[in-house]
Amino acid sequence: MFVILMASTKMPEGPQLKRRLPTLLKAAIAPVRFSSLRLLCALCVSVAIPLLSPAQQSQLNIAAAADLKFAMTDLASAYEKQSGVHLNLTFGSSGNFFAQIQNGAPFDLFFSADSDYPRKLNEAGLVAPNTADTYAIGKLVLSSPANSTLDPFKSNWQSLLDPSVKKIAIANPDHAPYGRAALEALKNSGLYEKIKDKLVFGDNIAQTAQFVQSGNAQVGILAESLILSPSFGPGHSWKIPQQQYSPLIQSVVALKGSAHKDAALAFLAWIKTPPALAIFKKYGFSKSLPDEHPIPR
Amino acid sequence: MQELLLSFQLAFLVTAILLVCATPLAYWLAFSKWRAKFLIEAVVALPLVLPPTVLGFYLLIAMGPRGPLGKLWLALFGHALAFTFSGLVLASVLYSLPFCVQPLVASFERLDPKLLAASRVLGASQLRTFRRIILPLSLPGVITAIVLTFAHTLGEFGVVLMVGGNLPGATRTVSIAIYDHVQSIEYTAANQLSLTLLAISFVLLALVYGLNRRAGVRWLSN
Repeated sequence: MFVILMASTKMPEGPQLKRRLPTLLKAAIAPVRFSSLRLLCALCVSVAIPLLSPAQQSQLNIAAAADLKFAMTDLASAYEKQSGVHLNLTFGSSGNFFAQIQNGAPFDLFFSADSDYPRKLNEAGLVAPNTADTYAIGKLVLSSPANSTLDPFKSNWQSLLDPSVKKIAIANPDHAPYGRAALEALKNSGLYEKIKDKLVFGDNIAQTAQFVQSGNAQVGILAESLILSPSFGPGHSWKIPQQQYSPLIQSVVALKGSAHKDAALAFLAWIKTPPALAIFKKYGFSKSLPDEHPIPR
Repeated sequence: MQELLLSFQLAFLVTAILLVCATPLAYWLAFSKWRAKFLIEAVVALPLVLPPTVLGFYLLIAMGPRGPLGKLWLALFGHALAFTFSGLVLASVLYSLPFCVQPLVASFERLDPKLLAASRVLGASQLRTFRRIILPLSLPGVITAIVLTFAHTLGEFGVVLMVGGNLPGATRTVSIAIYDHVQSIEYTAANQLSLTLLAISFVLLALVYGLNRRAGVRWLSN
């Protein structure tokens, strides 16, 4: 690339051997010999400047469970408008974040989809004292995509046995709390043995929702917060009764290694205010255990 | 667009570092008579065949706060190397190493040994021979190495995902951003980034082939 860009530079005088080289080569050699060092320095400086700039107080790095994909994005834009603090959001499975934080990932806050991972981080001494807090209760839904003939809202668990169902998507139970809860609900439904060969596993609950939304899985067990977003589009969903799985009590912790402790605490305080609670509510999150009314969709 | 900029920064930096480090290595690989050289050749080629997860896994452990590299970095700069841009640069340098070394070695080995001998007999030092004879004559190989390294780093995914951790502005490169967009059902955004990357990759490769062909033809006709 550099060579090509610099090919038009004027060719300096060269020794005899070099005069025999074709013109194109000659022109191209010049920058390799004379400018590569300068170019390299310029590049290193230009790349290094943003890296060396000190951490800004008006930024927060937030690791959020994938079920918060849409809710947290809304929360972040509302908070940014109000406070001027920029939130860098990263979404993934809670188990993945748990591993990354143990390996030194520089997050300020960790919104988990359960309470186990925050507790384990606390036991590992990675959590700022007295910051663990429950922020929401997650809910599982059985969903099919918009153009599907399947309607889990009508046929509930039986829709899994429909002959049109080739793949059933759940999140990876090994590191995604929603996957763990989905597996538990499937086992409690009594259908697990019949359908276990049709299961496909999303890396996190957002990817699982994408499997269903794209029609690659005909049905899936998803987070209600994801199917309530406009991106998911109209589908058919049945809210799985709360008794069939252990409640998804979702906790947040501020991390000990954080360089922005005050900003982190301020955001944690803000998510308890009415505008923030309204956003949580919009995406189906509650603060107490969910009731059993199915969502009409 | 922040992701695209970050990927370009990474690719530029990795290409620059690799050009400096890989050229002496390639020179040595091409001209050394050491019998166990094949072992080094195998090590250099490893990233070509290793799953990115293997490299990513070991790098993550090594660069974490309990790993040797991470500990060193922690002592020097106050933070571990994993999940930082610097960590990403290091990982990419290792992962793209064969893409820089192999074209260089191939073009060094193709040189006419008589020219090199003539240069030495006429009194040019080894360094001068390298700068005035070897490098100019290997230019197509150098261009190939630069473009392949750049393009490969630009398109890297697995290693970046494992050691980068998808942090906006620090480690969320363009390929990670595409993965993120698809997961979030943001197909328009995913499509825009993917098309951009597709176009860039095509232009880069077309440049390699076009330039190499031109250089080759002119050289032969001389």
